[in-house]
This record gives sequence, C-alpha cells and structure tokens, in this order.
Amino acid sequence: MPALPVTVIGGYLGAGKTTMVNHLLRHADGVRLAVLVNEFGELAIDEDLIEAEDDTLISIAGGCVCCSFGSDLTGALLEMAKMHPRPDHLLIESSGVAIPGAIAGSVSLLDGFHVDGVVILADAETLRDSAQDKYMGDTVLRQISDANIIILNKTDLVAADALAETSAWLAAQNPNVRIIETQHGNVVPEAVLDSFLVKAAASGPHHHTANMEMMTLTPDQRVDVDDLARHLADENLGLIRAKGFATSLSGQKMLIQVVGSRWATSEAAQDKADGIVCLGFKGQMSKVALP
Amino acid sequence: MSDTTIYTARKIITMNRNRPIASHVAVRDGRILGVGDLEELATWGEYKLDETFADKILMPGLVEGHAHTMEGTLWRYVYCGYFDRADPDGKMWEGARTIDAILDRLKQAEVEMTDPDAPLSGWSLDPIYMDNKRVTRADLDSVSQTRPIGVLHASGHILNVNTKALELGGLMKTGLNHPGIPLGADGYPTGELYGPETMTPVGVHVGFNRSLTDSDAQGLRDFGKLCVRTGVTTITDLAARLEPDGVESMLSVTGEDTYPARVVPLQMFMGATAKETVDKVVALKKRATDRLRLGRIKAVADGSIQGFSARMRWPGYHNGAPNGLWYTAPEQLAQLYRLALAAGIQVHTHTNGDEATEMVLDTLGPALTDVPSPDHRFTLQHCQLADAAQFRRMKNLGMCVNLFANHHFYWGDEHYRLTVGPERALRMNACRTALDTGVPMAIHSDAPVTPLGPFFTAWCAVNRITASGRVQGESEKIAVEEALYAITIGAAYTLHMDDEVGSIEVGKKADFAILEDDPTEIGGPNLKDVRVWGTVSGGRVFCAADL
Repeated sequence: MPALPVTVIGGYLGAGKTTMVNHLLRHADGVRLAVLVNEFGELAIDEDLIEAEDDTLISIAGGCVCCSFGSDLTGALLEMAKMHPRPDHLLIESSGVAIPGAIAGSVSLLDGFHVDGVVILADAETLRDSAQDKYMGDTVLRQISDANIIILNKTDLVAADALAETSAWLAAQNPNVRIIETQHGNVVPEAVLDSFLVKAAASGPHHHTANMEMMTLTPDQRVDVDDLARHLADENLGLIRAKGFATSLSGQKMLIQVVGSRWATSEAAQDKADGIVCLGFKGQMSKVALP
Repeated sequence: MSDTTIYTARKIITMNRNRPIASHVAVRDGRILGVGDLEELATWGEYKLDETFADKILMPGLVEGHAHTMEGTLWRYVYCGYFDRADPDGKMWEGARTIDAILDRLKQAEVEMTDPDAPLSGWSLDPIYMDNKRVTRADLDSVSQTRPIGVLHASGHILNVNTKALELGGLMKTGLNHPGIPLGADGYPTGELYGPETMTPVGVHVGFNRSLTDSDAQGLRDFGKLCVRTGVTTITDLAARLEPDGVESMLSVTGEDTYPARVVPLQMFMGATAKETVDKVVALKKRATDRLRLGRIKAVADGSIQGFSARMRWPGYHNGAPNGLWYTAPEQLAQLYRLALAAGIQVHTHTNGDEATEMVLDTLGPALTDVPSPDHRFTLQHCQLADAAQFRRMKNLGMCVNLFANHHFYWGDEHYRLTVGPERALRMNACRTALDTGVPMAIHSDAPVTPLGPFFTAWCAVNRITASGRVQGESEKIAVEEALYAITIGAAYTLHMDDEVGSIEVGKKADFAILEDDPTEIGGPNLKDVRVWGTVSGGRVFCAADL
C-alpha cells in the first residue's frame, strides 16, 4: 500500500487555518481528506459540510472526516490509516504554539506515512507584530522557518506596499519557502495538498487558476531521478509543487514528490507512466523544463 | 449521640497558634471535636480513651500539593532509580548505582516472567548520577532479545528501549533524522528516545502509553498505601485526563471504606478548548466527594528546565541551548483564566522557566481586572526560576506558589553546571523569598518524578543541599517550622482546603500524621529521617506496618 500523505498545517492563532481547512473540505471533490485537530472546539467545521458527528469523529460530505487527537497524535494517525475506506490524504492542523517541523519529524518516524510538506498560514496584517511579540515571537519565526509553503492570508487588509514588504521579509526569513498570497483562506487547493494536484492533472486539460498554472513534464528516457527532483525543487525555478513518475537510470520506476524546496524520491510500481505534473506561478512557468 | 474517641499522644503539634501543643485530641464523626488536655476534652461528655498513640507524635495529616497518582502504578514496574526508595508495601528498594546493577535487576525480573512476549518495563533511570553514561539498546538486549524492554527516565522525558522494542515500534532502521533519536555508529538508533513524539510509537509496546497517567484501581490503592507510609492524608493528582471511566474508577476506589486519603485530581487543560474544559470541570465539581475533590484545572505553560523545554528570559540557557517550548498560547490561557474565574474554578499553572512565569503574571492580571475575584488563589506550580520581582507580582495578584523543593536536591548540581548557571541556580525554588514577600507557599515532590515524602521535601527546603552534598542558595533556606507549615496548612491553602485540613483544631477533619519522632526536635539536618507510623484519615486509623 502506498504511503499515506500527511500535510502539516500550522501558523499562529488567528492566521486563518480553520477558514482554509473548510475551504479545502468544500473543494475536496472526491479526494477523501481526514483532518486531525488538537481539539474540536478549535476547528469550527462549517455546519453545512457536516453529515454526522460524535465525540471523536465528524463525518463530512464527500467522504471526508475530521477527528481530534488531543494529546496522542501518533495514536490518531494509526487509527486514521486503519479506516475503511482509507483516506487519501491526512491533514494535521497543529496548535498555534506547536513547532510544525517537530510534528512533521514525528510523522516521518512512522511507517506507512509520507510527509507532504509543512504549510504555514500567516496573517498579512499582524504577522510582523506577532514575530515581534515578547512571548510568541520566536515561536512564530520557528513556524515560518519550518514551512515549505506559506499562505500569506488576509492580503485584502493591507496596502499593496505593506504587503510587498511583508512578503519580502518572509522570503528573507526562509529563502526556501514558496509564498502564496490569498484572501479569506481561498487558496488554490492543488497548492496545499499534492493529492489535489494529482487529481487535477488526471482530470484532463490543465486548468489555470487566477495566478497559478500547471504543466506536465514527460521525460522520454531514463533519468537521474534525484537530479530531476532536486532541479524541480530549485528555488530559481520557483515551482510550488511537483509530483509524478520517472524511470531511473537503472530502469526502476520512481515517484518524485516536490513541495517548495523539499523533495523526495521513492520506488514505485513499474506500470506507472512517466510524467510529472508541476504547479507554479503564472508567468514563471516558461523556464520549467527537464534539466 | 455519636461516639467520641479521645486519643492520648506523647505530643500533638497542631499548627494552630491558639493551642500549638497539646496532649489529647477528641474525634467524633471523623472530625476533630477538640484538642487540649484530657480534662478539657472530657467536658464534651462521654468518651472512649484510646492509648494507641500514647508514645507517638501527632501532626496534622500532611498535604502534598503536587504529585501524580501514576506513582502507584509505576511500582508494578522494575525500579531502576539511583536512590533508595520505598514501594507501596514498604519494601525499601536499594538504589541501582551502576548500569550493571540496573541490568541485573531487570534480568532478575525477566526470569520471573511467565509470558514470553510480555514487555518488561522499568522506571526512574537517571544517568546523570552515573557520570552521564548512557544505557544502550545493546545493554538492554543483554536482558532479553525476544521480549520488548523499556526503561523510563526519572524525568519522564526520556525512554530507553531494546532492539526488540524498536522493531515493534518500527524504528529499528537506518536513515532516521530526528533530534529526539540519537543514532549509533551503525546508523541505527542507540535506543534512547527523547520527548513524547518519539517515545509514543515505541512506548505502547513496552508498557508506557498515554493512559498510564490515569492510574487504574490497583494503582490508586497502591498510591493510597504510599500516602499512609509518608504521613500524607490529602494529595493532588496533577494533572489527570479525567475521562468518564477514569472518574468512575476514582470515585469507586476512593469511596472504599479502607481508602486512606483525600485525592484532589486536577483536570488537565489540553486537547479541549477553555470553554469545554471549564464546563466539564463545573460539572465534575458537582460530583466531588469527601475523598475525591473534583473541580480544579491544571494548565501547562512550558516544559522542563533540565529538558531544555522551559521558556527562559534573557540570557536563556547557560549552555546556549535554544529557548524552550510553549505548551499553551497566552491567548488560550487568558481565555481559560477569565472563564474559570467567572465560574469560580481554581486554576493551577505549571511554569518552570522565568519567561513562562512572566507570561502567566501578564495574563492573569488583565483577567482579574475583567473578573475581579478576591480569593482566587490561582497557583503557580514548580515556578522554579522566579526572581524577587516576580514574587512581588504574585503577591499583588493574590497568587499562591508551590515550589519544587525536591528538584533542588536531585537536579540542583545539573542546573548550576549546565542549564541555568551558578547565579540563577542559587535562586531556584526560592522559598525564603516567597515567604518574605508574603506569597502563600507550598513545597512538593512531583511524585513519581521524585519520591513522595513531605518530610524529605521539608528537609530539602530547610537545607538546600544538592545530590553532591553542596549547599546551594544559603539565602533561600527556610526554618523547620516554616517548612512544616508549608507541608500542612500552606499546601492546604493552595487547594482552598485550609478550612478543612492542615491543622488540628476543632471542626476540622480528623486527619493526622502519626510519627515516631518529633520533627520540631529532631533538627533541620535530620528532618528527612522522621519516622512515620501511619495516618488517621477522617477518624480512621491506618498503621503502615499493617497495610
């Protein structure tokens, strides 16, 4: 069974994590998401999405679920992996004070799970203040430095020049991160979870969103798979995500997964067709090519 | 009319200034009818004279304001600690002072096990007393290669396991890249696991899982025995998950006729919102009984100093380690404090580092402005690194403090040398400053982190001696009388129970510590050696030798 992808969603209180999770659930479109939260009270699932609810599990339209893990994340992950049908993707909404890299590190210890990246929500209006906060400042900075993707949310609340300044500041804090600006948590789902990207790629002609586009690279021969993955993760290329298959120099089919500057390769079934779907910012895709 | 029993004692130390010393105490309906001499007490009418304690010293039943009932459960595992320690049945386990001694003890336990697949669990390991020599999985493999083995460190933050346990937990592989999993030269884990996220996947296979913190019925009964042996009649469980089954079990066990202590479990603030937590505790409080005092909350602001997860103010850790972790955000704590104050529910907050203490002070202040609560007695637990200015703020905010006196003995040298450096190590657990500032103070063991035993805790606060024998922080020593106050009425005050327990005076619960030695005469240097005969809890007599 392929490893279950896990995305860690973090960010300080009030950054818009809950709004974004609802947005993802609303656009799950057949991808079965399982959302793990510290505590139910923290994550308010939109009423109209809820199909059924008990003490430990909320069932959501479209086969998604939400469960609270309290103090036992490992236990909750193992439970989720045993569910029938198995979820397609796990999303951990970490608490406002959590260090998301530590959570991702813990997930990586468990067999049968694959870390699909750390996505941090940041409030464009208050981020710089939180980063200066007497108590929480260093925690906010650690969250930023752990991120593969930062969703800079609530951009409608700040002037353009202030936004540009905040964005530049973020990039300086974490040069490897991809920053996606958004409002009301309305992020392109494909950018947050690779399961959405795979589904979008499979659903026919690549659609284009407001400020992102998708394309597929198809190697026509065997490649150095690690080289290719490293190339796709290069910050100069600026890809947000990439995922797909290629054949290694020795003839082994390999899965390539890229989120921001983080990349991983692993052995895959030989019957997979070569092809890597890439998601990037509009206007930057022209340089995306095989190395 | 109910029966009255008058106990004769060699001496009764009442902790009540109007009658500090007496020879007799009268008990009726589990309460103190009076204390004085026989002639005075006889004026209450018919009585039965009981000479059981004629050669004993009586004190108010001791109050332990910060312990965990888990101590009772852990004794079913193999004790691997460095120091001698008594188990619930009174057996004194000699400290295991070398790794070989620990392995021998584990081997002996292994031989006696009948189920070949059952895990072997040990506890209270602490390499700092053994030149910091680390236990490896190869060491534990020498005990068994087929049975999973896990030994929990005294701090509770580190777990040592053998190869079999690593295999069962899916960690017996190369290529791991995690700060909590040191790797050996061969690229495999050495068998030491740091922090809950690395301990959990393996811990479940070696007898250490989350539910261990909820002591089961047997664990709670064993915990009660430890209370009798140490003179304790009121004790906290700080903190508990208090899930429905656990609450029923605690109600049932503490309700047994022979249960010897009042247990005060605090609901942990974790995994639920402030509102859910306060609502739950308001409901639990209605179910409180005489011996199970439900209805309080424990919050945790930061981690531990020796684990480098406590939040420190400038200049931070002495060895340059990065600042620690917040376990609860200030906003969440602010919400909890407001809701709890409004509902009349007391909150105790764990802080270790001085930045965590500062955060709590900054957070409680505005909450009290919004919800004025003159007698809230919100208590800082551990609060090990607070400075004089912070104690003054505690006083102004009406806070109490429960300082970790035992910690100073066990880890004081480590703090001096490594974590906070010489200057701040002197002010840790500043009992003198607390009292001089007028902050109501208790002192604690945090059992099972250190052994339960209020006279030892009092000795720590009076002498401030570290494990290596140095006096650390001469100016923070307190007098014997002050220490005895801290382990009785002082601790009772932090629980809002000083009207019921903590002194021997008319109307209070007949809760006594029955002693062979007089703690006011034995002398500060010997305070830890006060011998305990047993206790009286609600008028019921418990002799340690008969348990």
